[in-house]
Amino acid sequence: MRARRWRLIGFLALLLGGVAFAFGFPAFASLHATIQLTNALALALFALSLALVWGFGGILCFGQAAFFGLGAYAYAIAAINFGDTTFAWPTAILVPAAFAAALGYFMFYGRLSDVYLGVVTLTVTLILFQLFNSTAGPEYRIGDARLGGFNGIPSTPPLNVPFDGRAYLSPESIFVIAVLVLLAALFGCLWLLRTRFGRVLVSIRENPLRAELLGYDVRVHKLAAFTIGGGMAGLAGLLFAQNVLVNPALFSLLYTAQVIIWVIVGGLGTLVGPILGSIGLQYVMAWLGTLGWINPNLALGVILVAFVLFVPRGLWPLLVKVVTHGRRLVRGNGTS
Amino acid sequence: MDLAAILILQAVSTVATLVIISIGLAVIFGMMRVINLAHGEFIMLGGYTVFVATNAGINMWVAMLVLAPLVVGVIGIAVERLVIRHLYGRMIDTLLASWGLSLFFIGSITTIFGNTTTSQIASPFGAVRIGAYSISGYDIFLVFMAMTIVAGLFVLMRFTKFGLLTRGTMQNADMAAALGVNPGRIYMVTFGLGAALSGLAGGLLAPLSAVLPTMGAAFIAKAFITVISGGTAILFGTASASALLGTVNTVATYLTTPVLGEVALLLAAIILLRLLPRGITGRFLGRDL
Repeated sequence: MRARRWRLIGFLALLLGGVAFAFGFPAFASLHATIQLTNALALALFALSLALVWGFGGILCFGQAAFFGLGAYAYAIAAINFGDTTFAWPTAILVPAAFAAALGYFMFYGRLSDVYLGVVTLTVTLILFQLFNSTAGPEYRIGDARLGGFNGIPSTPPLNVPFDGRAYLSPESIFVIAVLVLLAALFGCLWLLRTRFGRVLVSIRENPLRAELLGYDVRVHKLAAFTIGGGMAGLAGLLFAQNVLVNPALFSLLYTAQVIIWVIVGGLGTLVGPILGSIGLQYVMAWLGTLGWINPNLALGVILVAFVLFVPRGLWPLLVKVVTHGRRLVRGNGTS
Repeated sequence: MDLAAILILQAVSTVATLVIISIGLAVIFGMMRVINLAHGEFIMLGGYTVFVATNAGINMWVAMLVLAPLVVGVIGIAVERLVIRHLYGRMIDTLLASWGLSLFFIGSITTIFGNTTTSQIASPFGAVRIGAYSISGYDIFLVFMAMTIVAGLFVLMRFTKFGLLTRGTMQNADMAAALGVNPGRIYMVTFGLGAALSGLAGGLLAPLSAVLPTMGAAFIAKAFITVISGGTAILFGTASASALLGTVNTVATYLTTPVLGEVALLLAAIILLRLLPRGITGRFLGRDL
């Protein structure tokens, strides 16, 4: 009973804090900081999608960037063609989700093992990178949108008021939307994991053979989780695309590697950890970039190796452990 | 007729290139079940070895065939001792750690040499003419090299004491240890051998592709898909998967564009894995050569 009440209080605090932050932050911070944080939130949603797929579905997806990039491209192409971003929202979610479903069918119904799955998803991402890089000529266009090869689509339209293509939203209101979308996604994931589907998913992660012997279809559950994760990554791509731009680098090894590092650093098997890990590491990397003498790849590589060797469970579980341990010490070894 | 001859030659050279870029990965994965995501960077380091050595005035052939595998093999052994050794049996962790190493190598080489290289290594041999068409003589050399590497590895694994000990350790490390073999040392040498082969690949490909810190990414997708499609038998699997995927790639490239050729290669591999999840040789040969 008590644990449940505490969890409810935690949810409410997170919700209210998030909403207050969404409206409060732009009032105090500079415009530049607001836009930068919007960007970080888009990438945090990206990290959350992998946290769900990998941390709870047990699917080692090294190609999450494929869905992120596809979402971004789908958004840009739809927004340019419709002249209005309202219908670009469902497009940016459905296109990557459909792609994830198709790819997932081959992988899960082929019963590829963990590691093979990782390599196949990684390869798909790299091939998409090459494919979009080769679309330089004017003949590569979808409707009014030129794909633009290496340069991508430089002027992606920002979000607008629904059904009014010319009323662009201000960066402040886009920031509010980004916070709300991230919160909604987080609560959506928490809800999903409490449903019957989510519990089966976790049981499959723990022991696929046992789940299968108990009569659950491992393939369908994994495919569904993978598709949902793909849609979420697409949504993250949308938020990123409308804020920055769209180019093939979204499919590059750097994005794929970064999102995995965020999840590992934040804590695999948690939802909040990867979000915080993502935002924190982005600011660390930006800070390292201003120093100028250290290569970002080198720093990321060292962080990844160090975490795998020394903190394989990530920072968030470590933090939780320290806090509960501390509380137990204060209470005098009680049972909590 | 000339066109057919050229197309066949081209297919054979694509196949040979696939064998060359994936054999180092196949040795490490097939023997040790370690997925080495730093494979592309081992190739890159091989390329840089040739680049630095030729700039220092060393004969190109020596740099390519001797120095590149030697240098990268030593780096591979160092990597195994420092990082990979601690992670055996934790497949996903090794994979992540090797990814970290890959980023680390890209970062370090960029810091040392910058984003670009100034001089291009000239491709030796001229063109070979067949009727109205021509093919690079170096491509034919690569075919020869691919056959030499595969034959050499076969002899090493099948007929030498080292090969026997290695295969024994891979089949049952505990039993090998009980018989007095040190599995740790075998793993170290095998990893070094795989790295050396990747270095050799980098050296051989240096005249064909620009030597850049990020060049590994261009090979890694193809190398992985080849090794995985090949399945558990290192030599036969890699060779047969290369033959299949290389042919698909060449035909699709001829009919459309090089990029779509690569897409066709990938699609063929994914469909193949849907039908044979353990690769071409997984079902029939098991963990043989």
